[in-house]
Amino acid sequence: MTNNPWRSFNGGRWQDEIRVRDFIQANYKPYEGDESFLKGSTERTKRIFAKVEELLKQEQENGGVLDIDVDHASSILAYDPGYIDKDNELIVGLQTDAPLKRGVSPFGGIRMAKAACQAYGYTLNPKLEDIFLNYRTTHNDGVFRVYTKEMRKVRRSGLITGLPDAYGRGRIIGDYRRVALYGVNKIIEQKRLDKEAIGKGVMNQDTIRLSEELYSQITFLERLAKMAATYGFDITRPAANALEAAQWTYFAYLGAIKEQNGAAMSFGRVSTFLDIYIERDLREATLTESQAQEIIDDLVIKLRLARQLRTPEYNDLFAGDPTWVTEAVGGMGEDGRTLVTKTSYRMLNTLKNLSPAPEPNITVLWSQDLPQQFKNFCSKISIETDSIQYENDDLMRPIFGDDYAIACCVSAMKLGEQMQFFGARANLAKLLLTAINGGKDEFSGEYIAPKSEALIGKKLNYEEVIEKFYEYMDWLCEIYVNTMNVIHYMHDKYAYEKLQMGLHDTEVERFMAFGIAGLSVVTDSLSAIKYANVEPIINSDGIITDFKIEGDFPKYGNDDDRVDSIAVQIVEDFFNRLKKHPTYRNAKHTVSILTITSNVVYGKKTGSTPDGRNAGEPFAPGANPMHNRDLDGALASLNSVSKLPYNCCKDGISNTFTVTPNGLGCAIEDRITNLSSIIDGYFKKNGHHININVLDRDKLIDAMDNPEKYPNLTIRVSGYAVNFHRLTRYQQQEVIQRTFHGKM
Amino acid sequence: MSDKEIIGYIHSIETLGTLDGPGTRCVVFMQGCPLRCAYCHNPDTWEFSKPNPTNATDLVKRVARYKDYFSKKGGITISGGEPLAQAKFVKEVFRLCRQQDIHTALDTAGSIINRETIELLDYTDLVLLDVKHTDCKEYKKLTGAELEATMKYLEIIDKKQIPFWLRQVIVPEINDSPEQLQKLAKILQNKNSLEHIELLPYHDMARKKWQQLGLNYPLKNIQPPTNESLNGLRNILKEHNLPISFPE
Repeated sequence: MTNNPWRSFNGGRWQDEIRVRDFIQANYKPYEGDESFLKGSTERTKRIFAKVEELLKQEQENGGVLDIDVDHASSILAYDPGYIDKDNELIVGLQTDAPLKRGVSPFGGIRMAKAACQAYGYTLNPKLEDIFLNYRTTHNDGVFRVYTKEMRKVRRSGLITGLPDAYGRGRIIGDYRRVALYGVNKIIEQKRLDKEAIGKGVMNQDTIRLSEELYSQITFLERLAKMAATYGFDITRPAANALEAAQWTYFAYLGAIKEQNGAAMSFGRVSTFLDIYIERDLREATLTESQAQEIIDDLVIKLRLARQLRTPEYNDLFAGDPTWVTEAVGGMGEDGRTLVTKTSYRMLNTLKNLSPAPEPNITVLWSQDLPQQFKNFCSKISIETDSIQYENDDLMRPIFGDDYAIACCVSAMKLGEQMQFFGARANLAKLLLTAINGGKDEFSGEYIAPKSEALIGKKLNYEEVIEKFYEYMDWLCEIYVNTMNVIHYMHDKYAYEKLQMGLHDTEVERFMAFGIAGLSVVTDSLSAIKYANVEPIINSDGIITDFKIEGDFPKYGNDDDRVDSIAVQIVEDFFNRLKKHPTYRNAKHTVSILTITSNVVYGKKTGSTPDGRNAGEPFAPGANPMHNRDLDGALASLNSVSKLPYNCCKDGISNTFTVTPNGLGCAIEDRITNLSSIIDGYFKKNGHHININVLDRDKLIDAMDNPEKYPNLTIRVSGYAVNFHRLTRYQQQEVIQRTFHGKM
Repeated sequence: MSDKEIIGYIHSIETLGTLDGPGTRCVVFMQGCPLRCAYCHNPDTWEFSKPNPTNATDLVKRVARYKDYFSKKGGITISGGEPLAQAKFVKEVFRLCRQQDIHTALDTAGSIINRETIELLDYTDLVLLDVKHTDCKEYKKLTGAELEATMKYLEIIDKKQIPFWLRQVIVPEINDSPEQLQKLAKILQNKNSLEHIELLPYHDMARKKWQQLGLNYPLKNIQPPTNESLNGLRNILKEHNLPISFPE
């Protein structure tokens, strides 16, 4: 290729420094038109996709895992090149040497890796086991060397669950676009300069660590170039056209998912970046619209094949084998121009060309100012596919600028400038029970928290309960922060994200992302104690295992400030208490109200609660009101959730919203505009995130019994989408029991 | 008289209504109805009992909490029960809504004519007029009330040039004859403020509600009309150049 890769681009600071945003702003072309320019999939794409669908079917029939490479520790250069159909693929590169064959990543923990192999009928190569058992410390080893007794108890009882102490923490988004724009060499060059500069300053624990990290980053960037070379590409130089830009960006992402098995490995915000290359090729008449769509379709096919090897326990927490290849689409620029481009449309169009699917986790950054035609196109695709989530760009842009992306489901971060330490969540509903029980676990009767007097023998008094609840919250917050510090110290030490951090600036801002589970349960429980009569019921061992509730009480989800204010208060108080405790690497405390599908597991681990929820029953997902307690209609429910303060929950507030098709209106056109109005309204109210499902309950019930009728049935569950059939029966039932808005 | 003293009795509120007027709407169901329609969806709103006494200011405050979702087309719809039975209250609600630029729609059978129900129209942006049958005798049989009042209310709406949608639930064997539709077409001819006609298929999902209330559901063996037959009836209106839509 003799072409100058930057030919005809508008110049700027991006030419001298690594500044992808600057490049985008100087070169992108906003698009305010409709979808009529879009093309369907080509014959080539259809053929490739048919092969993929067949493989996906085999994977499903094979119990969820098609094949495992048990002989290598997954890394960038661990496998030979793999293909779906070598001669016909436009974008190449697979995680291992064959599609859907999973690699083993023992760096997080060897026992977990071994157990995962066993769960699917494979045996880990004993040599690999020996190395990681006897010669190489894993992240999991490190964490458990340091965990205190108290941390173990809190973890085992489920007061804090889902901690990334045995799997990759994920939630870090490399700026994969850098590889396309600059080529690997330029990035390495910059890293070398940074490393030299650090060497000139004081060498202390922080700078020595960073310097070693930079060494690893450079090594793994070099390996990335080698990996691309095995596929026949030279990515040391910048990409010179649209196909290369997509390929280079994908290679960078592929390197990351080979190197890390993070829970959520987002793709970033790539569509509008690629649009610049596509527009140039269209101008140069080297590409047609159909070919442009083909590139995006092929890229998306690859993203849909991303897999990690997990244990069944992990799948209980995060059901349906999600990978959170989150791609943020749309949004507005700081200068008032929309960041929607034709490739934003092309990305959404893959849900039609390649049928609905959970990955990539397409996230529309919604602003009141988005072009109306784009809003309606998104609504239309939502109605047809139930595969999109929406996040409030007007809320995030003032904080994160206009080149942020979403890690996992709802966590915003500036691309290449910010990262986070993921911290799962504390079960505040269970904490309330622990407080009422004077420190005892409501199931085992053992002390899992400091001992105090249980509130037995009389009607619960709101003030008394609140005081106790906050005492225990103080206690839990300290342990929670300390536990996170241990985990992330060890993750950095033993499972550092070398490539992903190599695609960040050297100096990054860090967040420590704490979380809340059971918000609606604890809120309604406190409301019941305040407005109704709640009396504890003890079992023969003197443990409070149930409650007698007399009278009615306001319930979260009905736009009733009496109870919604309790939820707001809990969130604020929890955040403020966390902030009192210092974090590893001075990360900024943030909170999310997001449960993935762990609302089911959390529910199992939580006894009967004062709101009338029975022991073991699932929680509502994320920040949702409890199932079927939001009786005043959808908008009242949305208003309640929108009151939760984003400034305390900058890691995101997840709301999963299901409305029946008729609930949106009679005619298709009305449904589309009404859905756009609902999203507009929710975000005007400062709501942060919303998953949209447009479904009838009957359809899901039918799908449970007749899966073959709905092979691609995709639904949004909590910050991500799943193929309905990949949920367990129990999880399917939980989804069906949720509130479906819309009168008959 | 201060508005605070005007009290309305509300059965329930559906904050997301999309089937009663344009756009997304907050639908308020008033308690009490003089009609006893055989297929009524909300027989629990019939009785003139006095649940949820609410003053107009408070109701409008509540509805205004959803204003952000209304976009350009949406707003409030007051339904029932029969909102005309509490016209003074509804009028005050609509007056206050208009002060806040909230679009007002009145979902009524038009069966009560008095000074209040006529004045109410001055604060109404859209009427959803439900004409259940066009034959006087059949109307009486189906609803227990007189068609005459509805026809009179329609005349007033037209005279005041209030935009209106005409709605009719099509119940097989009861009002699905071409003659009935011809009559309807005739009534609607030259009604300049008619914007839209909706022929809605009867369904029996209310049967359970009736049973729960200890009522005897009168339409025992009637099946919902087919799309085909509905479209046939819609075509009759279309032939008269009336604004009828064919939902997908």
